[in-house]
Amino acid sequence: MTGLAFVHALLRRDLRLASRRRTQTLLPLAFFGTAALLFPLGIGPEPQRLREIAPGIAWACALLAAMLPLQQLYAGDQADGSLEQLMLHDPSAFGIALSKAAVHWATSGLPLVIVAPLAGALMGLTADAAAMLALTLLLGTPVLSLLGSLGAALTLGLRHAAGLILLIVLPLCVPALVFGTGAVAAVDGGGSAAAHCELLGALLIASLALAPWAAAAALRISTE
Amino acid sequence: MAWTSLASPPRFHAVAGRLVAPLWIAALLLGVAGLVVGLGVAPSDAVQGEAYRILFVHVPAAWMSMLVYVAMAAWAAIGWAFNARMASMLARALAPTGALFTALALWTGACWGRPTWGAWWVWDARLTSELLLLLLYLGFIALVESIPDPRRADASGALLAIVGVVNVPVIYFSVVWWNTLHQGASLTLTAAPRLGASMLAALGLMTLAFWAHAIAAVLARARAIVIEREGSQPWAAAVLEGRA
Repeated sequence: MTGLAFVHALLRRDLRLASRRRTQTLLPLAFFGTAALLFPLGIGPEPQRLREIAPGIAWACALLAAMLPLQQLYAGDQADGSLEQLMLHDPSAFGIALSKAAVHWATSGLPLVIVAPLAGALMGLTADAAAMLALTLLLGTPVLSLLGSLGAALTLGLRHAAGLILLIVLPLCVPALVFGTGAVAAVDGGGSAAAHCELLGALLIASLALAPWAAAAALRISTE
Repeated sequence: MAWTSLASPPRFHAVAGRLVAPLWIAALLLGVAGLVVGLGVAPSDAVQGEAYRILFVHVPAAWMSMLVYVAMAAWAAIGWAFNARMASMLARALAPTGALFTALALWTGACWGRPTWGAWWVWDARLTSELLLLLLYLGFIALVESIPDPRRADASGALLAIVGVVNVPVIYFSVVWWNTLHQGASLTLTAAPRLGASMLAALGLMTLAFWAHAIAAVLARARAIVIEREGSQPWAAAVLEGRA
């Protein structure tokens, strides 16, 4: 099987597995909704203030929601031995890291791209700003998935993996958060979000180019 | 003897053991001298009054916080690439010292910001990235401490440190990139320094004191890590029993 066919087969398998475990797959989305709900309740219903902090809330909750499924990203395959078999087929682990990040994005990032603007609208974002929120999440959530896949590979099989992933990955995700919320705030303030979006796009390209290599190296270290 | 012979744990342990005490003494003497010049001799600043004197601690701490991270990543990478155990152990020994300097830089920065900016903390790019640097240190320490197998811990830590090293230049250039509250660097290589001679002397002495402290602490910690890992070897057993 060539590299591309291998990635394709792995993607199909993992997406099918995700569709069979619906509760687990929808958990990040439910978490996002619940966490985003806490902020208006905690801060108060004043529309102006909510509108100002809506992009930050949406982005921070999306970041945390993306962290939820990471511990299970490789752990299930490691527990039943299939990760070892996959590594035999793909010794560089590059295809595995890439397809796992893609599945993570398809199951946790993509739903948020659709749902987050709704949450933003509930907090008073204008249509333009909500659309920009969706666009920044579309550019930014793959970065979270790629970095998350690195964190998951580094902490594979460790006892406190969930907490460690948060400590390792969240600081690395900060630039995505800054540029993402900056773009929405710029649109909300009547300005242009082009610079923020370009930086976010650059971030996506850089992580796409580097993170799968790093995650593959981490996977090789962790399964040695 | 070539310096690469220090890659051998028993040799490193012996050589580092001879260096630790003189370095501690040097750190103490230089620190006292730096404080005397910085607190007593240097004139008070025209704008900032006496409050600026904490910068004699803050600036070296901030420099060291970044430098130690780069050194840690470099040693970790060497240890990973060449399978050199001693380099990996040195990287692990550097992490707590770097975290300490980062915390010190943040703390003294807050003490300086209160009288000067009127706030303990502002969400300036440089402050925020220093805080992120502290989190990177903590992530590195937490990761390597959580992995029981030393080989995997060293390799994983090296990978994480290399990924995190991208953050260090961001800190340094943040003053240029985001023109915010934090004042630009007063010391540059291209222009004549705008500090007085006694201020410069105090800063230099404190920086050397921090260097000596960092090297002494790291060597002492690395010796402890070597003994912990190589405890079953005859030479380490001899050290533990006080025969060597």
